[in-house]
Amino acid sequence: MHKKESRIPISQQPFKVEKPSDTSTIGGMISIQINEKKVSVPLGTTILEACRDNQIHIPTLCNHDDLCVAGVCRICVVEVEGMRTLQTSCTYPITTPIKIHTSTPMVRKARRHIIDLLLSEHYGECYSCFRNENCELQTLAKEYGVDDYTFGHITQPRYKIDRSSASVIRDMNKCVLCKRCVRTCIDLQEVGVLEAINRGHETHVGTFLDKPLAEVICINCGQCINRCPTGALRANDPSDDIWEAIDDPKKHVVIQTAPSPRAAIGEEFGIEPGKSFTLELNTALRRIGFDRVFDTNFSADLTIMEEGTELLTRLKKALVDKDKSVKLPQFTSCSPGWIKFIEHFYPEYLDYLSTAKSPQQMFGAVLKTFYAKEAKIDPADIVTVALMPCSAKKFECNRPEMSSSGFKDVDYGLTTREMAKMIKEAGIYLPEMPKTHFDEPFGDASGAGLIFGATGGVMEAALRTVYELVTGREVPFDHLRIDPCRGFEGIKQASVKLEKCLPDYKFLEGVEVKFLVAHGTANAGKVMEMLRRGELNDVHFVEIMACPGGCLGGGGQPIPTSEEIRKKRARAIYEEEESLPIRKSHENPHIKYIYEKFLTEGPCGKLSHKLLHTHYTKRGKFIS
Amino acid sequence: MLVFEKNSLSQEIENLVLQYGANRSALLQILQAIQRKHKYISDFAQQEVARLMNIHPVEVNSVISFYSFLHSKLQGRNIVKLCKTISCDMAGKNNIESAIKRELGISFNETTNDNRISLEYTSCLGQCDCGPAMIINEKVYTKLDPETAVNLLNELK
Amino acid sequence: MQNKTKTKRSGQIIFSPYSPGEGIKKALSIGRENILFELKSSVLKGRGGAGFPTSTKWMLSAAAVADKKFIVCNADEGEPGTFKDRVLLNEYPELIFDGMVIAGFTIGAQTGIVYLRGEYEYMLEELEDYLIKMREKNLLGKSILGKEGFDFDISIRLGSGAYVCGEETALIESLEGYRGEPRNRPPYPVDTGYMGYPTVVNNVETLSVVPHILIKGAEWFKKFGTEKSAGTKLFSVSGDCGKPGVYELPWGISVEQLLELVEAKNTKAVQVGGASGTCVPKSQFHRKFGYEDLPTGGSIIIFNESRSMLKVLKNFMEFFVEESCGQCTPCRIGNTKLLEGVEKIEKGDFSYAYLNTLKDLGKTMQVASKCGLGQSSPNSFISILENFKDEIFHTNGRGGKNA
Repeated sequence: MHKKESRIPISQQPFKVEKPSDTSTIGGMISIQINEKKVSVPLGTTILEACRDNQIHIPTLCNHDDLCVAGVCRICVVEVEGMRTLQTSCTYPITTPIKIHTSTPMVRKARRHIIDLLLSEHYGECYSCFRNENCELQTLAKEYGVDDYTFGHITQPRYKIDRSSASVIRDMNKCVLCKRCVRTCIDLQEVGVLEAINRGHETHVGTFLDKPLAEVICINCGQCINRCPTGALRANDPSDDIWEAIDDPKKHVVIQTAPSPRAAIGEEFGIEPGKSFTLELNTALRRIGFDRVFDTNFSADLTIMEEGTELLTRLKKALVDKDKSVKLPQFTSCSPGWIKFIEHFYPEYLDYLSTAKSPQQMFGAVLKTFYAKEAKIDPADIVTVALMPCSAKKFECNRPEMSSSGFKDVDYGLTTREMAKMIKEAGIYLPEMPKTHFDEPFGDASGAGLIFGATGGVMEAALRTVYELVTGREVPFDHLRIDPCRGFEGIKQASVKLEKCLPDYKFLEGVEVKFLVAHGTANAGKVMEMLRRGELNDVHFVEIMACPGGCLGGGGQPIPTSEEIRKKRARAIYEEEESLPIRKSHENPHIKYIYEKFLTEGPCGKLSHKLLHTHYTKRGKFIS
Repeated sequence: MLVFEKNSLSQEIENLVLQYGANRSALLQILQAIQRKHKYISDFAQQEVARLMNIHPVEVNSVISFYSFLHSKLQGRNIVKLCKTISCDMAGKNNIESAIKRELGISFNETTNDNRISLEYTSCLGQCDCGPAMIINEKVYTKLDPETAVNLLNELK
Repeated sequence: MQNKTKTKRSGQIIFSPYSPGEGIKKALSIGRENILFELKSSVLKGRGGAGFPTSTKWMLSAAAVADKKFIVCNADEGEPGTFKDRVLLNEYPELIFDGMVIAGFTIGAQTGIVYLRGEYEYMLEELEDYLIKMREKNLLGKSILGKEGFDFDISIRLGSGAYVCGEETALIESLEGYRGEPRNRPPYPVDTGYMGYPTVVNNVETLSVVPHILIKGAEWFKKFGTEKSAGTKLFSVSGDCGKPGVYELPWGISVEQLLELVEAKNTKAVQVGGASGTCVPKSQFHRKFGYEDLPTGGSIIIFNESRSMLKVLKNFMEFFVEESCGQCTPCRIGNTKLLEGVEKIEKGDFSYAYLNTLKDLGKTMQVASKCGLGQSSPNSFISILENFKDEIFHTNGRGGKNA
């Protein structure tokens, strides 16, 4: 029987025949024939899986490993002997010994017709599309030798391009109605902004009442962009403005780079996922024309200091002052997609969020105040660019409250893909650049800041500092690897006991600090429901990242994405971290420097609150 | 929409959810009930339905836009659907069409200025042996000729 | 004005005399196995047009293990030219509902749902009244006719104007509160249907035949029709003929014989099976209705010499473009291309090469579409362009005075 767990209608789900755990039983393996090959597959394997396991290529379009199967594009059709109609290999489970033909004249013609039909409605040229050479429709057209518009070609755009959102641009003229974005938004992220509107030929993917994206509850996570096979969805690209700033001799353009883009940018240059190019990137950026290159991990360390102190303050209020109004658990606030999610869906719980800004925004504020002073540059002439794996950061830097420096703290959010494009524009091949270090006065940061990129990283970094601050000892984990924080499980729970605390923190003696780590807004929603039901009363700290996998799976990362690719990026981040000399935020000498010289009241002091902390907006779900 | 109108609509939808249930399978029945009474499902109604049934508003909108008989946009007080499929077409639907357009002064897929009548086409009504046929507010009228059709419309309030 | 008139009809099977509740009584007395046996030997096939053996469907559902099962009556007749179910719902509700109760008893269902198309909403009140009467007579509800443990009730749900919801999986989607988009098959509704439970979806006419078969027996049923197509069929005849209406005729009757019966004169073409069927030209009027040659859901539209077949084709293609659900590529874009092709022919702005490409596309649609709509919409395109070549191409498509 088919259990309905997902929100997507059954019309777009496959029939999952449970694969038997022991395939040596009778009926556990089925003998089938694919073309001339006779193979044996476990019961319940789909034809597509069987073909892939046997190196037989079947083209797909609406199929995506992260999402449930749809069976709507019809391009993966194959002939199954005995059946009149062609069957889609992505949805058909093998339960009987069948003979499959993947390349008969009928199949080839069907595939070619489908590509021709899609092309006949696809408005836009490849050479001006940001997915040129990385587009699944383009690849199919090449594979099937399309040399002509068999069914004509659309000459006028049918839909207006939606440029309302700061983060995501929707061009439905290029949409092939694979519904991946719908499945991502409703099923994977459970935000529910996109769905198919109208019927038949008038069908298009739209928002509630076809309103502009900025007016509905889109959280800007950009997961839809990562999964779109064509250029129908893209991020809002500011690189032209950045080139202008770089070319303007009066402007001092600085860039901060985050760990996740550095772990993934190699993919844009043809390198296998899993290699970080941090130091090569520094050189490339200077050669492009950035005046200074800084490490966002510095402000990640800063975030740990601020947020860690905030947590200890809340704990003191709860345990010593017995203040009932203190909100625990404290939720992290560095993921702007998560922030917009909670502002829309759970606005009554905003007080649980840490008031600390995200590392990107903290850095922006620091650059236009502290750095401007140190470097003796007028902050009005400083242009701050942030290289992020994130599409929501484009929205975040435009928030009205993000100008505590007196200027717009971060001027532009740039994604990994856009950065790669700028580097290529300058004729630079990134992987072969010489390695150079980050600029002073922020220099190289700690490893704790680096692991922010993976889910569980913020938690791990915070624990390394908080535990040591409270007990004076290192966290009791080998090589500082806090394994309960690591891994891709949706919601991770663990705890660490605080014993033999330093005199200042005696109130925490014996307290078992419980924490939760969740990634993907579907899991964030689950955590919030747990909070609502009162199941988090003994939890102290929760880390939430809006994107599956954490920031390394962000909406600005290279396309395509899959669980395997995200795991490789995570490995790259953790490996890079272990090679660093300093691995705890509070040991970062540049952090000590900024607190001595600038934020003299210490973390959560008055100046910190002004520059490094923020407030949130209750947005609610109602769309007016 | 005025506050008390919104409140009464919310109350109405709450009652419908109580009557039909808050499961997804009750969605179409609830939308049909709202459509029958108000002749369309406003964006406020859609969001209320979404809130009470724990669905995303865009999903409600998607379902409404799929079915021809459910409308998101304001319609006239009376919705008139004329069958345009082959049997009614052969039986003389074109004459009825022109007569109606002439009489009301509007085209199909439009509403009269006084909001009295909305005209639209529909596919086969299953009255092929006694065409041409049309539906006015859920009632079916068959064996029409231009005069009868126009008289029927003129009687509508 | 409203079509609620009840006519005295005569026919050999469906329109033959029947008293309400008789079929249920017989079913309860002979038991499940015998019901399935009778159905199997009657070779009854689905009367909605697809022609799937009814006994197989019921057997598969009966064999499925689940704590809930459903019977769904597909009253979403939307095929152009079909109105037989309208007549059955209006005048013979006892046959339909008794059929549903029998089906419920056979497969072990507790709930029956009638998916009544939105266009038939005017019949809703009378049907609900009839159900109330059935409950009063203990033909519905708990322990029907005293059978301990057999609880069954029927509810009526309305559609909202979507032809594609006549497809069984799209119908189930619609009942579940989603867009009426057909599902991936397998799994089939017989073991994974409404809400994931085994569901039997049967056409109104199929259910109406079942009580008759049980009472008078499969052998009696097989006396009518032909060997492969046993029994009779309700034909809804409309178009250019003297006596349009619903006729119950045995399978095996020829097109010619039907035309004579309905007093059709100067007939040029007969569209068998609605817009998704075939267009039979005069030269083929000897063909016989039946699963052997001309299967149909019963829609017969008759065109005389004055009609322009091109305009007829355009009407059909416009219908499909309007009613396609839009999920799968071949049907969504393919139907639009076929319609564009027809418009090109109308304007005289086409090439035979392109039309052959479109016919090729039609053949692809017939095998690559996700559901029956896309698989059968090219039928009229291919058959009309083939059978009426002369009229369409050599007289510039203006082969008729009007449509």
